This record gives sequence, C-alpha cells and structure tokens, in this order.
Amino acid sequence: MFFTYLRRELRRRRKAALVVASGLALGIALVIVVNSVSNGMGKAQDKVLQSLYGLGTDMTVTKAADPDSDGAQRPRFKFDAKGDDDSSSQSNDIVMAQGFTTLPTSTVTKVGEQQGVSSAVGGLSLRVVKVDGQFTRGKFQQDQSTGGKRFEGGQSPRGKVVGGGADFDVNQYTVYGTDVTQPALGPMTSSKITSGRTFKTTETDAKVVVADSAYAKEKKLKVGSTVTIKSVKYEVIGIATADSGDATANLYMPLKQAQTLSDNKDKVTTIYVKAADSQKIGSVKSAIQKNVSGTTVTTSADLAKTVSGSLSTASDLATTVGKWLSITVLVAAFLVAGLLTSSAVSRRVREFGTLKALGWRSGRVTRQVVGEAVVNGLVGGALGIALGLAGAYAVSAVSPTLQAQLGGSGGGGEGLGARIGGGGGFGGPGRQAAKSLEVALTAPVSLTTIAVAVALAVAGGLIAGAFGGWRASRLRPADALRRVE
Amino acid sequence: MYELTGVTKRYTRGKEIVLALDGVDLTIPDGDRLVIQGPTGGGKSTLLQMLGGLDRPTSGEVVLDGTDMARLSEARLTKVRSENIGFVFQSFNLIPTLTAQENVETALVPLGIKAGDRRERAAEALKSVGLGERLRHLPGEMSGGQQQRVAIARALVKQPKVLLADEPTGNLDESTRDEIMDVLERMWKEHGLTFVMVTHDSALAKKAPRVATIRKGRITVKDNARA
Repeated sequence: MFFTYLRRELRRRRKAALVVASGLALGIALVIVVNSVSNGMGKAQDKVLQSLYGLGTDMTVTKAADPDSDGAQRPRFKFDAKGDDDSSSQSNDIVMAQGFTTLPTSTVTKVGEQQGVSSAVGGLSLRVVKVDGQFTRGKFQQDQSTGGKRFEGGQSPRGKVVGGGADFDVNQYTVYGTDVTQPALGPMTSSKITSGRTFKTTETDAKVVVADSAYAKEKKLKVGSTVTIKSVKYEVIGIATADSGDATANLYMPLKQAQTLSDNKDKVTTIYVKAADSQKIGSVKSAIQKNVSGTTVTTSADLAKTVSGSLSTASDLATTVGKWLSITVLVAAFLVAGLLTSSAVSRRVREFGTLKALGWRSGRVTRQVVGEAVVNGLVGGALGIALGLAGAYAVSAVSPTLQAQLGGSGGGGEGLGARIGGGGGFGGPGRQAAKSLEVALTAPVSLTTIAVAVALAVAGGLIAGAFGGWRASRLRPADALRRVE
Repeated sequence: MYELTGVTKRYTRGKEIVLALDGVDLTIPDGDRLVIQGPTGGGKSTLLQMLGGLDRPTSGEVVLDGTDMARLSEARLTKVRSENIGFVFQSFNLIPTLTAQENVETALVPLGIKAGDRRERAAEALKSVGLGERLRHLPGEMSGGQQQRVAIARALVKQPKVLLADEPTGNLDESTRDEIMDVLERMWKEHGLTFVMVTHDSALAKKAPRVATIRKGRITVKDNARA
C-alpha cells in the first residue's frame, strides 16, 4: 500500500512535485558545477605549477634573499668606441645566474640527506643577454666632445652631433643547466622530447643542448644545428615541447657546462626536492629550513599562493562566490521544498485525518509524507545531476582560457624589462621573473561530487519530509470530520 | 455496548469557552440503531467523535465493551478504532488517487493483513454494496452515491462492532439518499452492528427506533419503538 499510495500521489501532484524537485535540482546542479569548476581550477593551477617545477617536484630550495650582495654582481656590457671610421660589428654575451644568487653543490647533497626527502637534484638557471651590433662615433662640429662609452646616442654635449650612433641588437634567452644523471626530477620533466633525443646520463659535461620547441621555432633551430654562447659552440641534440604553458628555459644543457659558462663552478640556483611522502611536505620543509641554513624552501602550496591573474581571480570566484551561491540556493531550495511539502499536507488534512480515523498510526501517515518528499528529492537530485553534468560539460566544451601569473611580486630589478621564463627563480623577492601562462579551464566531475549531489538530494527530501511529516503527525483523527476541504 | 457517563467536552474558540457536551449520559446497547439529531453547533459531531475515539472528553467516561476510551493511550485508541469502529463521512473522504478497491484496503492496512487477502476482502466488500464491477475506478470516476458505497464498504470490510455515520446522505440527492439508507440498513441487519448516525434529516430520524437530540450540549433520548 505504501508504494501504491506513494506512486499515485506523486503522479497526481506531479506539477507540485516538479516545482519542489526543480528547486532542489537547481541547487544540486550549482553545487556540481561549482565543485567541478573548483576541481578544474585546481587542475589548472597544478598545470601551471607543474610547468614550472616539472613532475614530481614537491618543493624547491633556493638561496635565501640577501639584498646587500645583489648590486655588486650586476653585469656590465663593455663596448669600445673605436677609431673614427671603424664600424665593425661587436658582440658581447653576458651569462648570469637567474636572480644572481646561487647555492654550493654541497647543499644539494645536504638537502638530499634530510629526513623525508626522497631525492634532490640541483639545477642552474641562467640568463644569457647577447648584445651585438655596430657603434659609430659621431662627429662634433665644436671642440667639446664627450667621447667614451655610450649607448644609442648617449647624452647631449654642448655642441652639435653629426652622424654617428649605435645599432645594437639585444637578444636574451634562458638556459637551464640540468643534472643529466637524474632525469626523473627537475623542470625538464614537464617537457617531452618531440624531435631528436634527450641527454644521456653520461653527457655530464658534453657540449650539447636541448632546445625548447617554441624557442627553436623562433631561432630556426633543428636537431643538428649549433648554438654559440660566449664563443662556445653547442650542438642541438633534441627539441623539447612543454606539456603546458611556457617551458622553463629556452635551452637545456648539462649542469657542468652551464656552471662553466656562467663562472659558477659547483653552484646551483635551485634544488628540486621530491618528498618521500607527499602528505608530509610541511615537515620536510621545516627540516630543510632548520638544517640547511641560508635557504628558502618553496613548496607547491607556497607557490600556488603567488599565482595571480584571471586564474586566481576565477579560482577565488569559484571558491568564495560559487560556494556561497550554491549554499544559498541549496538552503533556499530546502526551505521552499519544506514549505511546499508542509502546505501540501495542509491541503490534505481531511485525507490524513481520515486515515488516522481508520486506525492508521501517526507514524505510518508521517512515513507516507516523508516517502513522497524523499522521492521528490531524488527526482530533484537526478534532474540536478543531469543539469550539473550538462553545465560542467558546457564549461569544459567552451574551456575558457585563463591567464596565470606566477611570482612577479617584485619586478623592479628586471634589467631589460622583457618577459623571461623563470626557472626556479623564485628565491629572491624583487628579482623574481614573472611567468605568465595560459591554461584552459575544464570542469571535471568527480565521483565524489556525484556522491555529494545524491546525498544532498536525499537530505533535501528528508528536510522537506521533516516539515511535512511534522505537520502530518500533529493532525488529529477528528480532522476527518472537517466539512471544508 | 456503549456506556457514556457524565461526558463533558469543553474547548476554547478564540477567547470563548465552548461547552460542546455537558454531562452526557447515554447507553447504546449492542445492535442498536441510534439517530442523533440537533441544531448545528449543538454537539452532534462532538458526541460522534467521542463515540469513535477520535477525541477525548474533558471529563466523564466513554466505555465501549468495558474499556474506557477516555483513558486509553493514543496508540491503544488507534488500535480500538482500527479494529472495532467503522466510519462513514458526509463527504465520503475517499483518497482521490486510490481506486475503489485500494480505498477499501486502507481500512485493512493497520490490521497487518497481507496484500493478497486485503485485495480479496476489499473486492468482496465492494461486491456486497453492489460495486463489484467498479473495483478499479477512481473516486473521481464515480457518482456521489457510488463513492459513498465505497466508503461504506471501507467502513465494514474489517467487520467492526460499531458503524458511525456523520450525515452520510448530506451530500446526496433524494433518490441516492434512499439507496444509501437502504444499503446502510441492510448492512446493519446483516452484520449485527451497533449503528449510530448523525443526521439533519428529520424524515430519516422518524424511521429510526431511537433518536437522541442534542441541544447546547445536553442530550434527550426518545424511543420511537415504544411510543
């Protein structure tokens, strides 16, 4: 009788049932979409971090910021103003470590020895600024002349300059010195070799490079081409394509070569650390900070905090506005469902009164009302899940592109103001290279989300049922004798 | 057998205290057929509620076969209703979404009878009121008279001791009224019921062997058979 009665009632009052179900459906759909978009944001953020770190890196160790020493190491370009008629081309490569701060290689070993560290590998991020071109000395009509070193016209002397000037081309790119003996960790893991090969573990000091595909395209590099840095020729053995976003560096070379090029013997800029247990990153971080002095440890979580741009805005929206919106809609839907169920009971006072007069216990009547509400909730849940899946699918199909800016808290110190791919350069504030990425947003619906939706549907039904059931339980059997409908 | 002693029912309507029953003493022997009459608001329905165990008196005793219903717990009272008392209402009070047969079955649900037996007994009860062909009809598909017959079948399917009817013909036209009264009378005789009916209809009252009249909560019983 329970099911017959239930089925008949729902069929007869399907419009009212649909109103209640739709309200719940809306709330549940919102929860699914918000949840999935949040998931998607998380994934996008992971992608951003991964492109920076490489797979499997739990944290990086860099030298702690030391503002006093910074300026001293700033490189200078040196060009001569030669004889009057000399217009020969001049070139100068400056190779410097990203952020100008380095750690001794011994630190890598020390970090690797810390408890909870599965493996640690050092890398050297370099920035190469190549300036080449011509310098022509200007001619002055008056005696006074300033001569000397100048860039692009220089300052005005008292007098008139005729002719002269400079035509320099500034080309800059990044080089990452990788520990070829440990290919499983470090930034190169976020790229795939799409042509040629990667380093052999024996090529610790070979004059070979792997070029990032975007850079290779720009410079028309192929496997077998050569690149010259500071008069040293390197053979391109492979082209690597970043899985997402920008690559860590334009060129990758064996660590030792990078150290030699930049006069950073036995130095690294960043140590990539993989923790033995990804749940204990916090304790590993404190162990390293405590035992290896003068270092800054940055975990993915720390780094995630520096993500800005539309990704972080959207992520904030999804987590705050989205969350509150879905909570509000859900609460409203629950309330409306409850009130509608309660008012439906009020319209059926005589019916329930009659059943009580016939000897139905209060519990049986209440169960009938709650049953109807729960089925309503389940219908709402099914509708909501369908709607939510459609919404999540729509987000994934449109896959709006989000901009992510990593780091970039300083910016004042960037010499030439160009955008530079930063590889582990997040050690020194103010010297960080901002990294900008574009990530497509997806909204993956997890099983957990579906389970939450089903739970919410049942909860909604029970809440509505509680309203109605409470009302029904208070009806008196004498209500059967009421003369008005 | 009903034995009512000093039954008083007081309730508040707004700020006003209404005395619906004022010390009613009444005995209804088994198999009796009693009609309750009286002006609107005189206490007819309240008396019927007391007899049916739908409500409790403020004071006094409502004893049915030795059990004072005024003192029973809600659960026990519900049990008494489900086993011993059949109701017929003025507006039939059928569940609109259930078929005639299912409506009759609702009276057997609290008795814990199996679905198969329930269906069989409901079908038999409907046959006995002349609705054997309408088992699967919904109330909305039947005339008022037919609906009231379904209600009678529902009241009697559990074979109660008592049948209480509240204006059972109040919503019916004259020819249907007679038809329903015939059915009720036949059932009363066939089942050996105690039959108490509240009605406005003085024509119906005249036919009854005993008529109780309630005015302002006080009862007077007239024995037509003796007169």
